[in-house]
Amino acid sequence: MADQTLPIHGSLDLTPPREGESTWLETLHSWVITVDHKKLGLMYMMLAIFFLLVGGAEVLLIRIQLAVPNNHLISPQVFNRLFTMHGTTMVFLVGMPLVFAWANYIIPLQIGARDMAFPRLNAFSFWLTAFGALLLYFSFLGGAGLYGMGNAPDVTWWAYAPLTARAFSPGNATDYWALALLVTGFGTLGGAINIIATTFSMRCKGMTLMRMPLFTWLLLVDSGLLLVTITPLTAAQVMLLLDRYLGAHFFDTQAGGQAILWMHFFWIFGHPEVYVLVFPAFAIASEVIPVFSRKAIFGYPAMVAAGVGIGFVSLGVWAHHMFTVGMTSAGNAFFVLSTMLVGIPTGIKIFNWVATMWGGKLRFATPMLFSTAFLFQFLAAGLTGIMLSVAPWNWQLHGSYFVIAHFHYVLVGAIVFMVFAGIYYWFPKATGRMMDEKLGKWHFWLFLIGFHVTFDTMHFLGFEGMPRWIYTYPADRGWDHLNLVVSIGGLIQGVAVLIFAYNLVSSLFKGKIAGNDPWDAWTLEWSTASPPPVYNFATDPVVHSRRPLWDIKHPEDPDWKYE
Amino acid sequence: MSATAIPLVPGGHEQTWHRPSRGRVGMYCLIIGECAIFTIFVVAYVFYIGKSLNGPTPAQVLEVPIFNTICLLSSSVTIWLAERAIERGILRTFGLWWAATIALGVTFLIGTGLEWYKLIYHDGLTIRTNLFGTTFYSIVGLHATHVVVGLTMLLLVLLFTLTGHVREEHSERIQVLALYWHFVDAVWVVVFTVVYIVGR
Repeated sequence: MADQTLPIHGSLDLTPPREGESTWLETLHSWVITVDHKKLGLMYMMLAIFFLLVGGAEVLLIRIQLAVPNNHLISPQVFNRLFTMHGTTMVFLVGMPLVFAWANYIIPLQIGARDMAFPRLNAFSFWLTAFGALLLYFSFLGGAGLYGMGNAPDVTWWAYAPLTARAFSPGNATDYWALALLVTGFGTLGGAINIIATTFSMRCKGMTLMRMPLFTWLLLVDSGLLLVTITPLTAAQVMLLLDRYLGAHFFDTQAGGQAILWMHFFWIFGHPEVYVLVFPAFAIASEVIPVFSRKAIFGYPAMVAAGVGIGFVSLGVWAHHMFTVGMTSAGNAFFVLSTMLVGIPTGIKIFNWVATMWGGKLRFATPMLFSTAFLFQFLAAGLTGIMLSVAPWNWQLHGSYFVIAHFHYVLVGAIVFMVFAGIYYWFPKATGRMMDEKLGKWHFWLFLIGFHVTFDTMHFLGFEGMPRWIYTYPADRGWDHLNLVVSIGGLIQGVAVLIFAYNLVSSLFKGKIAGNDPWDAWTLEWSTASPPPVYNFATDPVVHSRRPLWDIKHPEDPDWKYE
Repeated sequence: MSATAIPLVPGGHEQTWHRPSRGRVGMYCLIIGECAIFTIFVVAYVFYIGKSLNGPTPAQVLEVPIFNTICLLSSSVTIWLAERAIERGILRTFGLWWAATIALGVTFLIGTGLEWYKLIYHDGLTIRTNLFGTTFYSIVGLHATHVVVGLTMLLLVLLFTLTGHVREEHSERIQVLALYWHFVDAVWVVVFTVVYIVGR
């Protein structure tokens, strides 16, 4: 590859690579022992996509079971296991690895570094996550334990006490669940430490904090949030394991322990966790929307401030998951108001993304299509969130499908949509080939239709009083048709994801050659080869503004004159 | 870590380009995360004060471990003296203060062991006895675990020092490790206050 095509001269080492074919065993070995941030990023991504398919298959079984009334395809026990595994998988084995997939692959490239701050810690964190995943899924085999009780965990992903006590959850299933979360939790902590140290200490010359791409900024805030979010969960899992193995009484109501303590500890982790998962979506939107609108991001400092603001506010809202448990009116008022407060910084973000598009020269390639849908869906998810933050409304709807509809609007409508946008956007960088646009459009429209058919309808099921966690329902409740519609939407989404998987694999081998900068973008990752060489940049880049490649492509009108 | 002078915009005046040490940033992050873990255990301890359904109560069995506390807190002073010594390249002094730190840490651990022995065999308090036992052994045990991890790392450094592998240029890493030890000592102040003063 000739260096001349690159925007920054000297960013590639032009010595020809050593010849030599490697066997598949050597290739495998090189992936297992790697400490390279790009390979680890791709491994996190493959782990996440694999478990996205697994978790998706689990939920399709759930939806087939619920499609018609009085269905007995799946037993109640299996149903409980399926929705426990679906939730746990999607949060801990899809959402969390995705944070690190993006951060690992993109951040060092965006800040002009050669690797993360602690490459070996990085590999260690990945393998902890992978082994945690193995532990969780091993429960299908080992969960029965000595007494032959149970199979996979069936305590839901929030695992309220005292259901998790030995007396009520015999066998080893709950132990596998707790241990898996403990192990992946340590991996997460290592990853978060690594990202923060990288962004603070590895930036190339001239990359001041207020020149960092918003993507890097938001994942920095995300990692800061993770430091104080994943650790309470770790502490709570240690307590649960002490209860189960050593006979401690943290959540043992017989000995004066209180179940509500677990709820608080869990949601102190669990609510900020939602923001942890959605931050990568914000981060990707903040890259894709400006590039495909041909405008610099609107209100960069406000976007940074809003990101930090969301991080802080999200730490003080956890008990809105517990309105129905009963709190003092002062407690209710506090958590209602703090929850509504989140609307302000998120509103700022949505306005700024829209203002970035306003008057821009929009290019609706697949990443931009997903981003545009994200804006609408995230807004709708936020609005139902504000409805649910009102305590009396919450009392009415908390245990209903309305809540499921609300949080899936965030998790699918915002996060999954932006994950797809990010994959279409950075796939050319990681592989050197473009993903197929035509299949991408099919994927987008089918997924969009499937998404709305499923989750718009779920809101109405909630209004009509369908409770969560039921494995079947009688025919005369007025839920039959809506449930069928929801399930059909789920299948449409399944088809869309299969198209995506096909596109991913076929583009890997047959996609159009991308070149180094297919989207005419402005951040440093597009200044090196696609795929980037192991060392990323042969010479350390020097940047003078937030859009270093704009400065190079437009020397007559560089950004640094205006910042 | 690195400090060179560069112009922030082309043709602008040169400014020092400074980035913090990654070791320090990483260790501070770890400490923040650990603080959150300890917070949860402290909250559980405070929440369950006086809620045990049966004895023994803290007032009946707990003795304030003054000697232990003095040992642990003074180890922060000795490790600071060690840090200062290696910064100036006086390796012999460094080794002596470092060994003193380990001795103080081990003394603390032995003290905790004796306390637990008394509680278990004389007072019959185990983690299963009541809520006090549950929360007491968890929080003190969590702290002791951190002391053990810290001591292991301190011992490794001592071994490297004795075999002549630690030199002046390692002072940065030594200080990062010392940060962790300072944290372990600082947390003890919190645990001590909650368990032996507020909770007794």
